[in-house]
Amino acid sequence: MTDKSDPGAVLPDAQQPDAEDVGRRAFLRNAFIAAGAVTFGSKTVAFADDLVRGSDEPADDVPQWAMVIDLARCDGCKECTKACQETHFTGDQEWIKVFEVTDEGGNIVFLPRPCMQCENAPCLNVCPVGATYRNDNGTILVDHDRCIGCRFCMAACPYGARYFNWGEPENPPGAALARYSPEFPVPHRKGTVDKCMFCAHNAMNGKLPACASSCPMSAIWFGDLKADIATNGLETVQLSWLLGNRNAFRLKEELGTRPRVWYLPGHGEHSKVVLPE
Amino acid sequence: MSAQIAAGAPDGNRMEHLLERSKAPVQPGAWGIRGRLLVASLAAVVIWGILAWVWQLKHGLAVTGLNDRVSWGFYLTNFVFFIGISHAGTLVSAILRLSHAEWRRPITRLAEMITVVALIVGASMVIADMGRPDRLQYVFMHPHLRSPILWDVLSISTYIAGSLLYLYLPLVPDLAILRDGHVGGRIRQRLYSVLALRWHGGPEQRRLIGRAIGIMAVVIVPVAISVHTVVSWIFGMTLRSGWNSTIFGPYFVVGAIFSGIAAIIVVMAIFRRVYHLEEFITEKHFRYLASLLLVLGLLYAYFTLSEYATVGYKMQVGDASLLSELLTGRYAPYFWTFTLLGMVVPFVLLALPRTRTIRWIVTAAVLVNIGMWLKRFVIVIPSMALPLLPYEWGTYRPTWVEWSVTAAGFAAFALIFVVFTRIFPVISVWEVEEGWEAEEGWEAEEGWEAEDAESFAPVEAPLAAGATILAEEPS
Repeated sequence: MTDKSDPGAVLPDAQQPDAEDVGRRAFLRNAFIAAGAVTFGSKTVAFADDLVRGSDEPADDVPQWAMVIDLARCDGCKECTKACQETHFTGDQEWIKVFEVTDEGGNIVFLPRPCMQCENAPCLNVCPVGATYRNDNGTILVDHDRCIGCRFCMAACPYGARYFNWGEPENPPGAALARYSPEFPVPHRKGTVDKCMFCAHNAMNGKLPACASSCPMSAIWFGDLKADIATNGLETVQLSWLLGNRNAFRLKEELGTRPRVWYLPGHGEHSKVVLPE
Repeated sequence: MSAQIAAGAPDGNRMEHLLERSKAPVQPGAWGIRGRLLVASLAAVVIWGILAWVWQLKHGLAVTGLNDRVSWGFYLTNFVFFIGISHAGTLVSAILRLSHAEWRRPITRLAEMITVVALIVGASMVIADMGRPDRLQYVFMHPHLRSPILWDVLSISTYIAGSLLYLYLPLVPDLAILRDGHVGGRIRQRLYSVLALRWHGGPEQRRLIGRAIGIMAVVIVPVAISVHTVVSWIFGMTLRSGWNSTIFGPYFVVGAIFSGIAAIIVVMAIFRRVYHLEEFITEKHFRYLASLLLVLGLLYAYFTLSEYATVGYKMQVGDASLLSELLTGRYAPYFWTFTLLGMVVPFVLLALPRTRTIRWIVTAAVLVNIGMWLKRFVIVIPSMALPLLPYEWGTYRPTWVEWSVTAAGFAAFALIFVVFTRIFPVISVWEVEEGWEAEEGWEAEEGWEAEDAESFAPVEAPLAAGATILAEEPS
């Protein structure tokens, strides 16, 4: 059998009759195969990466941003909405929208709603081109160079947190000159979907989201699930303490979207949060 | 049965009649002034719709009635509607072919054409809906396979390719008839001879095309079912009340076949009248399809009941407000119009022996088509308008742009159909002829023992005869 077929496949190099020649040929062949594999492989990996873009579970060696909104402090002034609109030049869009609900006791509850940054995000799942994706901090971003404007994400979002640029966005001078990135999606683009992205541009620089830093009641906490810490700009607390001690809840928990936004129940009766001992 | 078909024309002349009839529409100028007016007005509506779409491209979807709350509207409704009627071709052609229903022969071509044309119009409605149609290629460059839209893209493109092939295969022998009969001018002759693929109708060719058609008939059925299943999953895979349903796949498939059969009946009636095909498309065809329409309609009513009864009994928050708006609120006019005109009235018309005439069957089919468009509207819009958080109900008022594009969709459907039937026969000549031969074969077998059917019915002869007849006509 060894006589008939390629001896190089069986015999050690030294015993081969024309070791150098075979070696070179083998090298060339292997080089070709390797080059082909690398080219094809990287293409495949890139393609596969596209297929699963944003599907990875959030990394666990970097901050995992979360938000806690204290309804006992919120007085419905909507400064958060204004600050957000000014920071991101969103025009009429209310990336954080304040709803007014009446509770069983007849009290008015103000309910600010940013994007929930769901861990099981319906919007991310349905995007046909992977324009919606999750960054390492667990924040859901939109790549406006990728978005095709099908608006499936808007249909899929159970919180109505997404907005569409129906016409040509206004983009005032400050916006028009901004350098676009998914972390700071300005200037806005016609025919694409926008939404709150936890001020990813601020988070990168260690700053609070615009809504949190602008809240006169310090009702919006921003924190890191990984380090278990949260701050509203004035106070800094253990995040799990805040959630556990104040009966935190999430919107539409039953849907299984696992939002990264929690609410502390109440109806504006507290002016100050109770700090831990 | 044979007597019924043969009644129209004496035995020897049937082939001649068929060719006369099926070639009539492919003769230039055969339509006269009315036909030209029709084509011109359809083209005008299509061009107007394209202009409206260009307007929309320029100014964005802001020129539509869509908004952040109701972000899908007419375009999606039309998409589901047209993909729905595309199922006509599959059912009548493939399923009847597979079950050897002989009466299918004169209507398969029409059915297959409906599929192709409806798919083209349906798919273009998605492009009309896109905020960035200039990025359509991203769907192929950056496919995100977890999205039901990708499933739709894969499924519908497979369906378009498959149904084009399925339309084309049985067309080949007819193209050869047109080629050999020197029908049309030089351009059309070239078209026919290229597309006829050197068909000469020999036994081997006939065996092969029979096999190919048989395979496609089997393949196209699951593809068609997958198409409307994944269309429904665009809605079914979301968490919205009214869409968050496990039965949406089969519910949509049944609805698609239901509206598809209604579409065939309407198209059949129009071409029968306009091209004088009364001899081939008879009351029998309408009655058979009416039975199918009734059965599918009852099935659809059953699914509708299952859908709303299981939701309405439990009255979960979102479902409850959706249901009350549908049954008694702002969407009630659409819902009840669908129920009455789309189901109850057609069922009565189709079920009563007295109204099982062409006129009333066609009336029922038109009502079903209107009703099913409304049903799709009632599926898409209320679930979007439903408040997910303490909002008011969303509003949706389609603008002239959406009306224009919608009108253009329907006009394009008719226009492509008309143009197509001016170039290609609306009846599958060779298949009808094959049916006659088979009948003669059976009749013959009763009288004297035929050695084999192949030698009894040489196919080339009638084809050649047909060619001679056509050749005699100055074209």
